[in-house]
Parts: sequence; C-alpha cells; structure tokens
Amino acid sequence: MNRFWLFLLVLTGLAAAPTPSRETGIKIGSKKFTENVIVGEMVAGAIRSAGVRTTHYQELGGTRLVFNALVQGDIDAYPEYTGTMIEETFADREIETDAELIAALAEKGVLMTQPLGFNNKYAIGMQKARAQELAITKISDLGRYPELKLGFSNEFIDRDDGWKSLQQHYSFEFEKVQGLDHDIAYRQLASGDLDAIDVYATDAKIKSMDLAVLEDDREFFPRYDAVILYRSDLGKRYPAAASVIHQLAGKISDRKMIEMNLAVEGVERETEIRVARLFLNESLGLDIPIEPRESLFQSVLSRTIEHLDLVRRSLVPAILLGIPFGIIAFSNRISGQLVLGVVGIFQTIPALALLVLVMPLVTAVGARSIGVGSLSAVIALFLYSLLPIVRNTYAGFQGIENQYRESALALGLSRRYTLFNIEMPLAMRSILAGIKTAAVMNVGFAALGGLIGAGGYGQPIMTGIRLDSLSLILQGAVPAALMAVVVQLLFELVDRWVVPRGLRLKPVN
Amino acid sequence: MTKISDEIAVLRLSKISKHYEGLRVVDEVDLLIEKGRTYALIGPSGCGKSTLLRMIMGLIPSDAGVVYYNGRRLAELDVRTVRAGFGYVIQSGGLFPHLTARQNVVLPAAYRQWSSQKVSQRLGELRELTQLPKDCLDRYPAQLSGGQRQRVSLMRALVLDPEVLLMDEPLGALDPMIRSQLQVQLRQIFHSLNKTVLMVTHDLSEAAYFADQLILMRGGRVVQQGSLDSFVREPASPFVTAFIDAQKSHLGPAEKSQ
Repeated sequence: MNRFWLFLLVLTGLAAAPTPSRETGIKIGSKKFTENVIVGEMVAGAIRSAGVRTTHYQELGGTRLVFNALVQGDIDAYPEYTGTMIEETFADREIETDAELIAALAEKGVLMTQPLGFNNKYAIGMQKARAQELAITKISDLGRYPELKLGFSNEFIDRDDGWKSLQQHYSFEFEKVQGLDHDIAYRQLASGDLDAIDVYATDAKIKSMDLAVLEDDREFFPRYDAVILYRSDLGKRYPAAASVIHQLAGKISDRKMIEMNLAVEGVERETEIRVARLFLNESLGLDIPIEPRESLFQSVLSRTIEHLDLVRRSLVPAILLGIPFGIIAFSNRISGQLVLGVVGIFQTIPALALLVLVMPLVTAVGARSIGVGSLSAVIALFLYSLLPIVRNTYAGFQGIENQYRESALALGLSRRYTLFNIEMPLAMRSILAGIKTAAVMNVGFAALGGLIGAGGYGQPIMTGIRLDSLSLILQGAVPAALMAVVVQLLFELVDRWVVPRGLRLKPVN
Repeated sequence: MTKISDEIAVLRLSKISKHYEGLRVVDEVDLLIEKGRTYALIGPSGCGKSTLLRMIMGLIPSDAGVVYYNGRRLAELDVRTVRAGFGYVIQSGGLFPHLTARQNVVLPAAYRQWSSQKVSQRLGELRELTQLPKDCLDRYPAQLSGGQRQRVSLMRALVLDPEVLLMDEPLGALDPMIRSQLQVQLRQIFHSLNKTVLMVTHDLSEAAYFADQLILMRGGRVVQQGSLDSFVREPASPFVTAFIDAQKSHLGPAEKSQ
C-alpha cells in the first residue's frame, strides 16, 4: 500500500510540474486550411519584425471557433473572408455593404483591414484544353452545352447560395449534375469523367492542374475578399502592431496566393512559415531570416513533448479524483448512480462538442482556452479519462468478498483503517486496470488537441489530412501508437510493483 | 437492571429477532451463555443459526431484542472493548489475501499499537497452541492449505485473548481427513484455553464432540437446549428425534473416541 501512495505522490509531482513556457505577446490565430495558415504566418512575421513578441496558433479550427476566440480575446487577430462573414458569421443579418459589415464587427469589438488583394470566392473550373476546345471562357458559355457533365462538392450542391441559385441565375438546364467529395471531383476532372467542377478561386490545384477559371460574367458569386480581423483594443495595447497589419492590405494577388498555396500543398512541400517569410521579405521589403526546415526528429520530438504534456496534465488529475469518485460511487447508492451517470455522459459527448462546451468556461476563469499549453484540451481529456478509473474503482470495491469486510468489522478495525488498509489493497488490481485503460485511451484521445491547436501528435495528423499527406499523418499516428504501447508497458510495471504480492498468487488448492 | 442470571452468564439474549423481507429468520430467541462453557448452535441450513451468531457479534443489527454482555447492554458498550472481547472465526477463514499469515494474525494487535515485543511473544504462544509450522507464517493465504488457513484464522481470533470465541462452521470448508484431524486438535485447544466458545455447525456429531451444550434451532427459534443425551432421552419435539436420526449414519470422531 505504501508503494501505491508513493506512486500517487510521483504522479502528483508530474502533474504539478510547470508546462514549458511558450512565447506569448500578441496572439495570431488561423483557420484550418493552408491559405489561412500562410496569411496568419505573414501577420505574425510582420508584427514580429516590428519588434513585438508574437505567437501564431496555427490551425485552431473552423470559422465559428476562431471568430469566437477573437471576440473572447484568446487571440488578437486572424485572416478572414468578407463572404464568409456575410454568409456564415452574420448569416442571421442582412448584410450587403462593407459599411454594414464593419458596423457588425464593431459591435463585437473587432476591426477589419482593407482587402489584402485576393478574392477566394467560389468559381467554376475546367481543364484548359477542354475549355479551349469548346471555346468556353465565361460561366454563361456553359449554357450552350447542356450535355456537359458537371460535378460539385456536396457542400456546394446543398447550400442555398450554391448550385441551385447558380442554375437559376444563369438559366441553366443540365442533364448530368452530381454531388461528390471535393477531392474526388478534382480527380474526375483530371481523368475527363467530369467537364466542370466548383473550385475556390485561389486553390493551389488551379495552378498544379492548369485549370481554366471561368469568368463569373453575370456576377453570381459573392466576393470572398481576404482581410485581417483584429481586436479593437490591439491598437491601444500595441500601436506598432496595428499599423503593421494594415501594411498587408492590397499586397497579395490571386495569382500570388495560388502560387503560395501550391508551394505548401504541391510537391515542394514548403512550410507555411517559410513561404510567408519569403513573401514578407519580397513585398514589404523586410529582412526576416528564413530558417531551414525543422528536421523530422526535431518536429517529432517537440510534438512528443506537447503530447506528453497534455497526457500528464489530464491523466494525473483524473487518477487523483477518479479513485475517490469511485469510492463515493460505491459507498452510497444514490450518489453512486449520479457519479457513474455523469461520468458516463462525458464519454458520449463527441470530442469537438466537448471542446466547444469547455472553451468558454476556460476563458471565463481567465485561463488560456486554445493553442499550445491551453487548458481546454486538458479538461476534455480529463473528463474522458475519468470513466474507466471511476468505474474500475467502483467495480474493485464491489468485487471485494463480503467475508473480508466482515472480518475487518469483527476485528474491530475502524472504517478509515479498513478503507485504506483492507479495501484499497483488495481493489488495487481493478483500480490499476482502470488507470491503465484510461492512460492508453488518453494517449489516443490527446490527438484531439489538434482540433484546437493544442499541439501534440494531433497537429501533424490534422495538417496531414489538410494537405492530403500520408507521411504527415503517419508522423502523428505512429508515435501516438508507440506512446500508447510504452504507456501500457509502464503501467504494467507499476501494476507489478504496486499490487500486493498475495493477490497475484494462485491458491495452492 | 441486573438479573441474577447475569452473574454466571457472559452473554444473555433476550427476545432477539431478525427479519429479512418479511421472513422471520430469527424469531424472539432467548439464550443464556455461561462463562467457560462450550456451546454448539445446530440445526438445518436456514434455521437462523449463523444470523444469530452475527447478531451476537454485532456484525448485523437485530430488529428487536437485547444482547447483554456481562450484564450490560452490548449496544451501549464501546465498540473497541466489545471487539477485543470476542474472537471470531468464519468458515472461509476470512484471512486478508494481501497480507501474510503473520500480518493477518498480528493485525488486531498492531492496530491497537501493541509493542513489537508483546506481539512476537503472543505470536509464539499462539503458534505453539495451534502447532502451525513456523515457515507458514511468512506465506500468503493463497499459499496455505485449508487446514493451515483455519489455524491461522484461529490464531488471529485469539491474538487479543478474547473472553468469548465465536465460530461459524470453522471446519466446514475442509476435506474429511483434515477435518477430523483438526477436530481433535481444536478440542484440545478449547480445553486448554478454558474460554467460552459458541460454535455454529450443521454437523450433530461435531457439535456433540466439541460442546457440552447443544442448542438446536429450527425456523428461527430454539427448539431445545442441553446435552446430546438429553436430546435423545427427552426430545422436546418430534423434530429433535428426526434431526438426530437423520444424522445418525454419520460416524464422526465423537463416536470413534468414545
């Protein structure tokens, strides 16, 4: 039993150890796609070159999450698109002019720069050769060929402002239109199975696949001008930073953005940070050193450190609280059902939903809710890890044969003494099995940190999915699997060391 | 108020009852347990004998009635004093599997913070009494035979030198060979200790072999109390005769030794 206390003490020490300090200062965020990350890097690089400490939390999540993070003050700035704000962020309002958009943002304490230059709107793309063959340059030209095979991403088919409206707007009547996954649409376009698909105007594939983007001659698609959103208090806190942000306005053309997207997503596999710095040096005349790429070893190492940080900060509190919860659950039937029920419910909440629930709470108590070292992912992981520990502690106590409790009572041992010296050792196997399960699950679940830029192995997995890079996905998945195995072995050893010897023996007869 | 009977009685039960879901498991039992004598509670399974023992031990509360211990209400006495006064052995031994035989035996003493010298002296006495091989002490319960386990369990029950020893089928889980060996040994121990012993058994010959007083129970009530002889000569009811007849085919050490 003493060994168990020692084990808990070591764990507590582990959890109490400080998280390695991170650069802070101005916090830039970015959404979960290449272009946004590149522009986010540009903003961070430009501010940094003005002598202000800046951190870029890459790939934080989708529009809503990142916008809320900005409003709540978790980040100070991020790149956004006018069309996205009109169609999504302020979908409940009828916003038509820039002035209305600026006013809506101002209500939230957010300012917007002038457009950066590129317009990442929806567009229709065709193979160049095919377009030339049919003499198609404008979207209205498509109407001459109702036999063309069109394929659109499912999202574009479903949206009110998508295919249905486009069809009406241009009075199209096509025989064959199908909805499909966007990646597959590109592949079918390349193979000639489709003649035209929806694309984003600054998509890297426009260049890599040499596509013709048809002119929107009847102005159907809304503009998706890229801008930088930043908090209105940024100018007061960092006057230099606010003015630097505006320098990016009008500097990035569609063509340049496509090029940079391709540099990251194409065969070059450049990093966003290098692409962004090269651009800053070129267009703003800055002189930022372009560091060599991080080696595979370095990047896996820093992901490992981040991952372990998430695991230890969530698993240890789960162990320290899960065991008492399990005992409480056992000792009283009503509170027991309550504890087991609540802990069980956490398990059923999808990771993203749980994070979205936790984040405002974390912000409310003044802790950092997104990015590396943030508390949100830790709390979500903590909640996920509770169930196996609480359950197994409960089951361990329930599994103690009545004769032992009766003996303890008959020998006149106090409740407290019986709990710590009889029941706990007897339930130890089950408790440790629960801890083991929780630990292995935790290592796997910690990849959810990638959802809110909390680092760890989830980060390369998310980036890998975004860039369709198997090697990046494996850079996260393989070490995560290895870590799970190592953790399993480690707790196996703890089990050997902590479980009383008498409980590991098989009876002689 | 002290009755005259309390002067000779270690334990006196007055109208003790226990109900489980409307079933009267123990039904208004009155009982007098005198100092230094050996009693056996017998009866068919489900007659309430184990439940009665547990209520005396205070392991389960009674629904009605009073247990007097040395003339005082048991429920009003300090739990620690009461526990030290009763040694308790159950069928499965109840040894804690995560502790060695030695740790099990000395646990009640260590819990009461005896000096290590006093503990080891007591351990020596008990080992001599039960003739437990010395190397058994450092084994875990899982490494002991059934007979050894029961002897360790007895040592643990006796370590505080209790006034009363309560045993619930102490030999019930043993195979017949070991069982009869241990019966002989246990009887010698009882005689040398001169303690008040109350033992639950379903085996009439075992009961007669150990105890001067048999208490036959049926359906939660005491049917007859006395020696085996009195049961045979003056049965209180046809059930007593039937119970004796049913067990006659058994030739336990009681008959063998006489």
